[in-house]
Amino acid sequence: MSKLLTVSPSPHIYGKDTTPNLMYGVIIALIPAILASILYFGWGAVIVISVAVISSVLFEFLIQRFLLQKKTTIQDGSAVITGLLLSLCLPSNFPVWLIILGSLFAIGVGKLSFGGLGNNPFNPALVGRVFLFISFPAKMASWPEAQGFQTQYIDASTGATPLSIIKEGLGKGDSISHLMDKIPTYQQLFFGNMGGSIGEVAAVALILGLAYMLLRKIITWHIPVSIILTVVIFTGILWFVNPEKNADPLFHILTGGILLGAIFMATDYVTSPMTGKGMIIYGICIGILTVVIRRFGSYPEGVQFAILIMNGFVPLINYYIKPKRFGEEVKNG
Amino acid sequence: MSKMLKTFRKGGIHPAEYKLTDKSPVEILPLPEKVTILLSQHMGVPAIPVVSKGDTVKVGQLIAQGRGFVSASIHSSVSGKVVKIDSIPDLTGYKKPAIVIEVEGDEWEENIIQSTDLRKDITFSKDEILEKIRESGIVGLGGAAFPSHVKLILPQGKKAKALIINGVECEPYLTSDHRLMLEYGEEMMVGIRILMRVLNVRKAMIGIENNKADAVCHLKDIASKFHGIEVYPLEVKYPQGGEKQLIKALTGREVPSRKLPVDVGVIVHNVSTAYAVYEAVQKNKPLINRIITVSGKSLKKPSNFVVRIGTPIRFLIEAAGGLPENTGKVISGGLMMGKALNSLDVPVIKGMSGILVLPEDETKRKSIEPCIRCSKCVTVCPMGLEPYLLMLLTQNWDFYRLEKEMVLDCIECGSCSYICPANRPLLDFIRLGKTDVKKIIRER
Amino acid sequence: MSSILIAILSLSSLGIVAAIILYLVAQKFKVLENPIIHDVEDALPAANCGGCGYPGCRNFAEACVNSDSLDDLYCPVGGQETMDIVANLLGKKAKQTDPRVAVIRCSGSFENRPRTNHYDGASSCAVASALYVGDTDCPVGCLGMDDCVEVCEFEAIYMNDKTGLPVVIDEKCTACGACVEACPRDIIELRKQNKKDRQIFVSCINTEKGGIAKKYCSVTCIGCTKCFRVCEFEAITMGNNLAFIDSDMCTLCRRCVTECPTNAILEINFPLLNKTSEKVNTDIKK
Repeated sequence: MSKLLTVSPSPHIYGKDTTPNLMYGVIIALIPAILASILYFGWGAVIVISVAVISSVLFEFLIQRFLLQKKTTIQDGSAVITGLLLSLCLPSNFPVWLIILGSLFAIGVGKLSFGGLGNNPFNPALVGRVFLFISFPAKMASWPEAQGFQTQYIDASTGATPLSIIKEGLGKGDSISHLMDKIPTYQQLFFGNMGGSIGEVAAVALILGLAYMLLRKIITWHIPVSIILTVVIFTGILWFVNPEKNADPLFHILTGGILLGAIFMATDYVTSPMTGKGMIIYGICIGILTVVIRRFGSYPEGVQFAILIMNGFVPLINYYIKPKRFGEEVKNG
Repeated sequence: MSKMLKTFRKGGIHPAEYKLTDKSPVEILPLPEKVTILLSQHMGVPAIPVVSKGDTVKVGQLIAQGRGFVSASIHSSVSGKVVKIDSIPDLTGYKKPAIVIEVEGDEWEENIIQSTDLRKDITFSKDEILEKIRESGIVGLGGAAFPSHVKLILPQGKKAKALIINGVECEPYLTSDHRLMLEYGEEMMVGIRILMRVLNVRKAMIGIENNKADAVCHLKDIASKFHGIEVYPLEVKYPQGGEKQLIKALTGREVPSRKLPVDVGVIVHNVSTAYAVYEAVQKNKPLINRIITVSGKSLKKPSNFVVRIGTPIRFLIEAAGGLPENTGKVISGGLMMGKALNSLDVPVIKGMSGILVLPEDETKRKSIEPCIRCSKCVTVCPMGLEPYLLMLLTQNWDFYRLEKEMVLDCIECGSCSYICPANRPLLDFIRLGKTDVKKIIRER
Repeated sequence: MSSILIAILSLSSLGIVAAIILYLVAQKFKVLENPIIHDVEDALPAANCGGCGYPGCRNFAEACVNSDSLDDLYCPVGGQETMDIVANLLGKKAKQTDPRVAVIRCSGSFENRPRTNHYDGASSCAVASALYVGDTDCPVGCLGMDDCVEVCEFEAIYMNDKTGLPVVIDEKCTACGACVEACPRDIIELRKQNKKDRQIFVSCINTEKGGIAKKYCSVTCIGCTKCFRVCEFEAITMGNNLAFIDSDMCTLCRRCVTECPTNAILEINFPLLNKTSEKVNTDIKK
């Protein structure tokens, strides 16, 4: 025979999923949120998103190429996601140099210092976001209001997010029913008419993304559903006990970064547990931590911290929570 | 279909089916000039030759005797002269003892009934049947090639309640069982009745995936004439043909880790095995041929052949239109669990259900990327294992933990390697880890 | 002012309390051990390679201290020198052991052993060997992936891309035996180290009949016994169509090398003798 046969162990057929495919799937799922953010925040959103994405990819390329001197992996799309997620949780009036700094921290410290894709224990986008949040609290506390396409960038008119209104108001001794007047209606919250980071405001866009990812089987339902349900139940209990001091569950779900975090951040493959059971435990813990930080902590929002804390527990969850082995359930008869 | 079809619950994948030959009737392949009959075509101890060089043998004559409990006898598949008893490369390329017979004419042993009439009445006792099956060298024809008579002798104190007949054929391309069910359905049913008598069970369930709707209809028709046999269409899902998965799908019971099907009261046999049992018991015909699917997208004439054991693969591929120019890989068995061959000169063995010819562009593996812990391998594993972890532990030589993580439960179905988006060779390493753990357990 | 004072006082008292607790715990859980174990450990190379048969240098040091004689204990990495130091420390006598070095007993380069198929599985000799005969027809030859290279802690083995065979760097090899264990085909042997790293060995472990083996490899040992007959020192033994040179008996006289009809006997680090050996040598070395 002129040509040599190829020999390899079975199987001899492979599925169509590849790492870039899955990553681009997540990017597609983020498109509604991106569009919504541009719709609500205008040029500011465009600038923030594009700067974050470009600088993330660029830093990944530069560090891998020149510092680590190995094959670059920018084509797999994971750096794009990091950039996108980072930008989506920033305010639309965020200065460019800080975005670049955040991307550098997210990619350089959050991802590549641990060995690149697949080895980072913490979600890189959240690492970048929390770094910015803690280092530059002033810049991260003025949230432009979502009021249709705007042309202003740095000097966009700002206001407080619903969560910080509640937090401050409760601190001053106001009651919820009184504070609720200062907050947009639930309908507005659902479609994103409020102050906040560019990606988290439009609940409907995020839910669209979730539906797409579930449909394409990019993620499973376990993490988002368990987080959201836990938040609903926990805040529901608090609300039931004292409705004057605690906002109702729907308010908690629709405001802040719960949806963005539960759907896109907590479900990051690398930093979430491997088994369904593990994912549910992880989700429940994130939900509880979020509410605890929101209600009893000093920050108005706690999703990012809750996710990062639980990221740290993922190896432990993976070690102890095993999938149900075949043959475990012995049924007689 | 309106009502939900049965299937197993945990894991599983849906590879493309490519059943190119499900409409091609079984053809009888002409005799080759020479056959090479390997002495170890089954699980267990190799058989010992009872003929010597220069002997003339007839079709169906015993040429190698099985020894020990788990072993199977081997019969000549052709008539002619034994020209060589030597070590010949087997499917893996390693040399194993084999008998080479040069074909002269086609003279059968006298007691074999060659007519194709259906013989429905079972006149033998349980022990007689068992002895006949043992003498005929029948092994599991689904692929594992476990000696069938061993499966029929139940361990002390165990009792079978039902017989499960595996007509799932969940591997892509393969249609040999499908055609057998369509063309030899009644013979197979008699074979099932025989197996039921040996096992002393009153119920037999035939599981067939629903992509073979014609076989399901056909067998349902015939089954009404046979007492106690029922046909169940199953949802299409790989690896439903796995013994444990099929039992789960049909009965809802899970065979516990490292236990046998009989522990949940069932015995599983393949449809081809049932047919071979029919021929052995009713026609005195030992296992000398079987149906093999020769398929592939670039083959000129993909077909189902009745092939004598020991025929060179090259002969089969020639009969199917010759090896295409762009061939990259030739596989014995299915796409998911089959073995890639390094030579076309290897012979057909009892457990071979198909020969697949894959074009070059479909054979290359993609480059290995880092694991992104997407947990898809965990999701698809039908045994509830964590393939990513097993691979890691094998690479780290952590055999103690490998055993604890139940690596021995792996059925090597390949779902994990199939689904992995980073193209990681999960099964390659898990298989290695399994071998190592088995070695350690044996040493204990 | 008072607030600073309170802070200083409270922190200091906290520190003192912690120190007392630590001291008590340390007293309670104090482990008495022979300080000489520490000295022995210091004398060892700290490679923790496991070549001595113990999980790490510490365990080996314990074994040295606790056993009566050092005869069964040998650190392949440190060699005789280290063992002498250890013996000195313990007042025991170290057995004289010759230093060893790993050699690859296969010369089946791309040129000498044509490939008959293309392997496309996981890049691991162990995986390939368990799967099938390999990408040549030789059932025992080197598979040319890098199980031995990967397992070597001392970077003493590398893959020669031209021949597809591993090469041992004699100066770096410590004879820890990790590669011997890693090789699924048992090609690697630890042989006595000679002056100037010279080495003569049969670079083949194929036991098939000469005629068959010659078909798939041009440098296989065909078991012709020529070397066996020419050796004056009884260093060569024959068995299963294969010659084997005992490195402890070999005097490096090189007579077998010229005698071998298939160039299966390799000589390393010798001045050139004749053309054929040069050819094989350049194939295998560098």
